Amino acid sequence: MKAKVNAEAEPLINKMSGAEIFIEALKRENVEVLFGYPGGAVLPIYDALYRNPIRHILARHEQGAIHAAEGYARVTGKPGVVIATSGPGATNLVTGITDAMMDSLPLVVFTGQVATNVIGSDAFQEADVIGVTMPITKHNYQVRDLNELPRIVKEAFHIATTGRPGPVLIDIPKDVSTVGVVPSFDTKVDLPGYQPTLVPNILQIKKLADVISEAKQPIILAGAGVLHAKASEELLALAEKLEIPVVNTLLGLGSFPANHSLFLGMGGMHGTYTANMAMYECDLLINFGARFDDRLTGKLSDFAPSATVAHIDIDPAEIGKNIETQIPIVGDAKEALTRLIAECNNPPEAGEWRNHLKQYQQEFPLWSSDDEEGISPQRLIEMVHKHTSGKAIVSTDVGQHQMWAAQYYGFTEPNRWITSGGLGTMGFGFPAAIGAQLADPDATVVSIVGDAGFQMTLQELALLTELNLPVKVVILNNFALGMVRQWQEKFFEERYSESLMPVQPDFVKLAESYGIRGFRADTEEEANRILKETLNDRSPVVIDFRIKPKEKVFPMIAPGKGLHEMIGVRP
Amino acid sequence: MRRIVTATVLNESGVLNRVTSLFTRRQFNIESISVGHSETEGISKMTFVVNVEDDRQVEQLTKQLNKQIGVLKVTDITDQAIVARELALIKVVSNAQTRSEINGVVDPFRASIIDVSKDSITVQVTGDSNKVEAIIDLLRPYGIKEIARTGVTAFPRGSQKTVTEFKQISIL
Repeated sequence: MKAKVNAEAEPLINKMSGAEIFIEALKRENVEVLFGYPGGAVLPIYDALYRNPIRHILARHEQGAIHAAEGYARVTGKPGVVIATSGPGATNLVTGITDAMMDSLPLVVFTGQVATNVIGSDAFQEADVIGVTMPITKHNYQVRDLNELPRIVKEAFHIATTGRPGPVLIDIPKDVSTVGVVPSFDTKVDLPGYQPTLVPNILQIKKLADVISEAKQPIILAGAGVLHAKASEELLALAEKLEIPVVNTLLGLGSFPANHSLFLGMGGMHGTYTANMAMYECDLLINFGARFDDRLTGKLSDFAPSATVAHIDIDPAEIGKNIETQIPIVGDAKEALTRLIAECNNPPEAGEWRNHLKQYQQEFPLWSSDDEEGISPQRLIEMVHKHTSGKAIVSTDVGQHQMWAAQYYGFTEPNRWITSGGLGTMGFGFPAAIGAQLADPDATVVSIVGDAGFQMTLQELALLTELNLPVKVVILNNFALGMVRQWQEKFFEERYSESLMPVQPDFVKLAESYGIRGFRADTEEEANRILKETLNDRSPVVIDFRIKPKEKVFPMIAPGKGLHEMIGVRP
Repeated sequence: MRRIVTATVLNESGVLNRVTSLFTRRQFNIESISVGHSETEGISKMTFVVNVEDDRQVEQLTKQLNKQIGVLKVTDITDQAIVARELALIKVVSNAQTRSEINGVVDPFRASIIDVSKDSITVQVTGDSNKVEAIIDLLRPYGIKEIARTGVTAFPRGSQKTVTEFKQISIL
């Protein structure tokens, strides 16, 4: 198909260039912030932005831009909007797009593309972005005809934010953004192949209500689907009405208050013993919006072996994908919970079961060791909790620091926990915190990162100074890839192959070089004092906490083992 | 387990690419794919023959296909009463001596000879995969120079048998 890019000789009257149409389309979607990085193929768009009020955040790397957009999306529930140039600009987004896909975050990503007449010729800064991103987006588009741009943008925002959220990419060839047409924005979204089911089948809901009333050992597993559906209140109402204990997935943390008496903690590889034993021993598992990820289930045959499984998910493909499901319910978590609350009038007789689980909680709490010099990472997270009254927005990368934060921060509110779950992206947490702070300027945003992951995207420190963002960077520094080393110690006979990093930058000076206050703490007294001083003021800070280098994340389900075979349950 | 799955798709650029890329990354083993226009303008029909391990895998396949924005409808028609056909072109070594003999093989299959040259003839056969396999086996001793097959294209018959063991996998 040849693009309609014939340059017109007469002056443009009522015509808009592609770049102007782009901006108008974003305004119509109420986009407030664009995260991006300019380059050759998007110069016309950036030129149009120059005269425009939409706020653009100039990250220092495209990966920083897209993770910031993810953080923004997580906090606001609105799509994060990203723009990058063709070729390297676009390929630098690949990690973030995949991360958003795995964790179902709504993003609309715009990439520049070389001009239509040279696409396919290996032109300067050309990459087949459509081909590259096809498997990692919910959908993608290449704009070949400028007249289609308003429709495509509208569809992209619709697809990204409805059903199971996800990233949608729009590739815009350079010439398409320069020509002018008289645009029509009066398009309706018409996608016959895309009709997400929101309202669950009422017969299935009734069936589940019946099964619930007869259960002896029921539990609720709540995942990020509850957060996407903004259904935390309904989840609390159902759990309290029926007095059913609740387990959260890693990404579902915050959907149920961690300080609630029915809360069993996080399940999975580094979940609590109680949560995992509850999933192992239950006779009814009601899953709201969790996809039975392998880090949650452990060995599949030992997952909820004697339970009836009910799975409520907006994505039908998740139901039955990993775990056989007896009661499948396709729909939005909020809709399903609301109907269930109405239908369930016979609470199960599960007092004995709750007492049984309480006993587990008392007998096998989370623990930390005290046999080494340095700051206890677990106690450090508890200090962060204390000095932020448990109200902070916390973002992390992947690894030990992530698991300690998940175990010890104790989230009581939704959308305060931003972590890279599915993809496990190092370098995610810090830029995500920037997006979160932009989304909620008054919040205390704490980015808990490891020394290694922070170095993957720390160039974004410039943004804290430039935008005056009071993000608190809490580095859990153990001079190593902590989780890699933990695995090497446990499963590779202490062969620490390339996991130790004895040379780290002076993070204090590094922060100062960006105009940010930097601190170092070697003891818990120092840590406590610095956190108390810095967490509640309104300026950015980078703190290098020298944690106990050998501390491990426990308890743990070893790879290939079942939920009931946790190691490190007791000191 | 061999399954025949059909998909009705919007005729947009990249749809086939999306579908095959999905097969690859989800490790579905494709035997054949055939694509062509349907009775409605702008809508194409795809037929896949896939090898899967169990029902759960084919359920996952249809659900994942259904998630694609450009895909309108996906059906596993294996257990329905269906018509399924493929076409094959087979170039066989042949000379004046063997030509009539080959004709004798081709005739009962209601296949036809569509090209003849000095040292080969080309046979066109239409039918289900078994029939195509059978004629290829019979022609093989003469020496096969080239084979081109279309892959299966299929849809349900106009009337279905009253009792079919049709497994319901939709949960909507």
